[in-house]
Amino acid sequence: MKFEAWNQFEEGDWQSEINVRDFIQRNYTPYEGDSKFLAGPTAKTKKLWDEVLELYKKEKESKGSVLDIDTKTISSVNSHEAGYIDKDLEEIVGLQTDAPLKRAIMPFGGIRIVEKACQAYDRKVDDEVEEIFHKYRKTHNDGVFSVYTPDIRAARSSHLITGLPDGYGRGRIIGDYRRVALYGVDILIEEKKKDLEILDDDCMTEEVIREREEISEQIKALNDLKAMALKYGFDISKPASNSKEAVQWLYFGYLGAVKSQDGAAMSLGRTSTFLDIYFERDLENGTITEEEVQEIMDHFVMKLRLVRFLRTPEYNELFSGDPVWVTESIGGMGIDGRTLVTKNSFRILHTLENLGPAPEPNLTVLWSVNLPEGFKRYTTDLSIKTSSIQYESDDLMRITLGDDYGIACCVSPMKIGKQMQFFGARANLAKTLLYAINGGRDELSGKQVTPKFAPITSEYLDYDEVMDKFKQMMDYVAKIYIKALNAIHYMHDKYCYESIEMALHDKDILRTMACGIAGLSVVADSLSAIKYAKVKVIRDETGLATDYEIEGDFPKFGNDDDRVDSIAVDIVKTFMNKLRRYPTYRNSKHTLSILTITSNVVYGKATGNTPDGRRMGAPFGPGANPLHGRDTNGALAVMNSIAKLPFESAEDGISYTFSITPKTLGKDEETRVTNLVNMLDGYFKQTGHHINVNVFDRSLLEDAMEHPEKYPQLTIRVSGYAVNFTKLTREQQLDVINRTIHERI
Amino acid sequence: MQNKQTIKDNEDLRYYAKVHSLETFGAVDGPGIRFILFLQGCHLQCKYCHNRDTWDMNGGSYKSLDDIFDMIMKYKNYITPNGGVTVSGGEPLLQVKFLIELFTKLKKKKIHTCIDTSGMVAITDDIKHLLSLTDLVLLDIKHIDSKKCKDLVGFDNKLELEFAKYLSDNNIPIWIRQVLVPGYTDDQNDLLKLKEFISSLNTVQKVEILPYHSIGKYKWTNLGFEYALDGVRDANNEDVQKAKKVLGIP
Repeated sequence: MKFEAWNQFEEGDWQSEINVRDFIQRNYTPYEGDSKFLAGPTAKTKKLWDEVLELYKKEKESKGSVLDIDTKTISSVNSHEAGYIDKDLEEIVGLQTDAPLKRAIMPFGGIRIVEKACQAYDRKVDDEVEEIFHKYRKTHNDGVFSVYTPDIRAARSSHLITGLPDGYGRGRIIGDYRRVALYGVDILIEEKKKDLEILDDDCMTEEVIREREEISEQIKALNDLKAMALKYGFDISKPASNSKEAVQWLYFGYLGAVKSQDGAAMSLGRTSTFLDIYFERDLENGTITEEEVQEIMDHFVMKLRLVRFLRTPEYNELFSGDPVWVTESIGGMGIDGRTLVTKNSFRILHTLENLGPAPEPNLTVLWSVNLPEGFKRYTTDLSIKTSSIQYESDDLMRITLGDDYGIACCVSPMKIGKQMQFFGARANLAKTLLYAINGGRDELSGKQVTPKFAPITSEYLDYDEVMDKFKQMMDYVAKIYIKALNAIHYMHDKYCYESIEMALHDKDILRTMACGIAGLSVVADSLSAIKYAKVKVIRDETGLATDYEIEGDFPKFGNDDDRVDSIAVDIVKTFMNKLRRYPTYRNSKHTLSILTITSNVVYGKATGNTPDGRRMGAPFGPGANPLHGRDTNGALAVMNSIAKLPFESAEDGISYTFSITPKTLGKDEETRVTNLVNMLDGYFKQTGHHINVNVFDRSLLEDAMEHPEKYPQLTIRVSGYAVNFTKLTREQQLDVINRTIHERI
Repeated sequence: MQNKQTIKDNEDLRYYAKVHSLETFGAVDGPGIRFILFLQGCHLQCKYCHNRDTWDMNGGSYKSLDDIFDMIMKYKNYITPNGGVTVSGGEPLLQVKFLIELFTKLKKKKIHTCIDTSGMVAITDDIKHLLSLTDLVLLDIKHIDSKKCKDLVGFDNKLELEFAKYLSDNNIPIWIRQVLVPGYTDDQNDLLKLKEFISSLNTVQKVEILPYHSIGKYKWTNLGFEYALDGVRDANNEDVQKAKKVLGIP
């Protein structure tokens, strides 16, 4: 293949096959310098951003912070007419609907959810749409509930397994949106047609039929994508010929995804270094200036900040702050030892300065100890100023994932265009432990949720007996969990297939079954209390264990104490192995994450008193965090504890949210940056996987709770994403404030 | 870490320390990221002390040299680039024999060593030995005026000024620290005297003003003690800037 648009690019395999990585490796320019080259916002950017801020304000004042809903148009890649913020000012165009912040309805996941959401914001779904989806068209949600078994339903309604994507889009699939820019849509369609030929076989097995149908859907979606772009006046059938087009084409690919799917996490991938190649070519040719380059990136990011989905209030409780997880993975190292940091890695981060802090896109730095010093210092400096960046260990992930993976959602790494996951939310391990003690009865309702297991009847808990029963109960939970996920993803593929995202994948991909756990530190501390102190059981008149009395002290997770940390490690490995025993839909590979997002609050609410002394209803620690206030040896002890958790058994990510006051980090700005760089280097050398970095004083958050109007852009990192602090529920705000903020007096 | 309730003999003083607590991430007590070991016990009675609970010689718990060293080494990935270990307290120099052993081991691993002290001790052979293994001393000058010093911390300042001179004469880097207590240590003439004293030393790398705050008051109350500085306000930024100006530091 040859196109004029590819002039000046170094030739390679990428021209004869879909191979974006090869294109990047042959053409990108590593950047080892500092941030001095960056340009501030242009007048146009400022004006446009002011208009967006005005829209935000209106949105915030609207009921439920939902500005508007198009209740009539069933959203798809090409459903709406072109929409603009201010056409004359926009360098990059394209909105999900015909107006900014107007939310679309996506009923293929479930019509009732859409109805409920509309109701919550004083709207009503169009009659015709309701009729179609109630009478004629089955949804993902209908599908799942038509096959759920009683044991799944019981585990679900008792909050043993929680947050399952059976009523909302599963997300966590990253289309390789770069392909749209590099190849143009026509080549992508041609390649998909070749895939169909490969599947033109003697045997029409169920598998072949399914794949042929999916690819046909993908081709249809690609054609829709072209038609959608045409509405904005762009022909994206051919490769992008300059940098502005490259950003625009890429964004159209992403826009197609967020117009047709409202998955929990709609991540962007690893795009900034790819785009840098185009910017470098234009800069070299003198057809663009640094100011113009930054302007394009600023406008692109503005679009990403405008992505919205229609959610129910219940969903917001689980994942609060209206997150989309437009995760962009930045930096990292190539397997040849060159850094993948480019000038454009700086530019996308620089949007935090040009436009001010914001939770989206979810800026994720792939950290390596070998990253250029200038880049390390720039990102950490921004972290200190904005609390908007998360870091994940490229040194750890590169081993198994190579150098062209990206993060979906918060911590889930996947090879771009070659891998996707079946998102599985999480099992409540703290509740599982309580069920082990109570023989499968719920500690709050007293109901028998699992089949009857023999409960523990002794006055004091015996470690070996508890572990034995806990393992049995984990086995049961693993079984039900995989059963549920298999049903969910079968139906999601069937009724709510992500055709445009999958069109931007290879034919043969790796699928993972991404399970998760919540309450790890509660469980580890509980078992530690049972082992190292004496735990007396308090039972009600029916013999149900409802509370525990602890005599003596015990080691707690988060203090770098192997006695308890090894328990946590063991639980992760054990549960992972339990999951592996059960076959998965489409032969997907079992993986596990230790991540709760903001749901640690909701899960804690649904869980009774635990043997570590945690009270009924109190939140769990988020992700892999220790329970609030249990860590007494300082930040690095926490990091070391968490770094012990084995990534090999939790390949879908291990999330740690870290908060510190500026003064504790160092006496002056320069020192803070140096200390944070060394801290991150150290944590990742200890094989830590992920860290959210927050730098703020508690008093700032307390003030923001009382005077939200003063802090419209106050952003903080919670488990795996960033959120606008003032958009959190009061309960979640308190949870954030009560968390350990490392502080020295 | 294994605790020990009592120690047998003098020999044990080299291999066990009485520890108050530890902080794995210290960024304000010496350069870079520091592992901070707070030792138990102090002979001074500083009225503004914000760690009243570290005074009691019978408090804390014994921890072994090996355990403490192993614990520190778990943080080598964080502290080796440009940080190190800071021993604070209490008054760490009261456990000089232990510190000699610990610092010997740390120096073998090329880890930066620092002591946060009042310097209110006699310069014995042990102290000299320890200081030869010490890369930096954070020297908290209690009060430049000997009489006021005695009133504020229970001892006059003779020993600490001699200590400072010893450091200077033996080429050991010093960061001078002055806690700024309104009405007690912020007298302009005293500060000028302090400035003069500092300029007589050859190895001062830094002078830090630590504004007094009453956050540690609850520790006094919890232990059943009366807080001597009740009613004294916290030093504010303005106080600090004024003192810095007098001292001629940035």
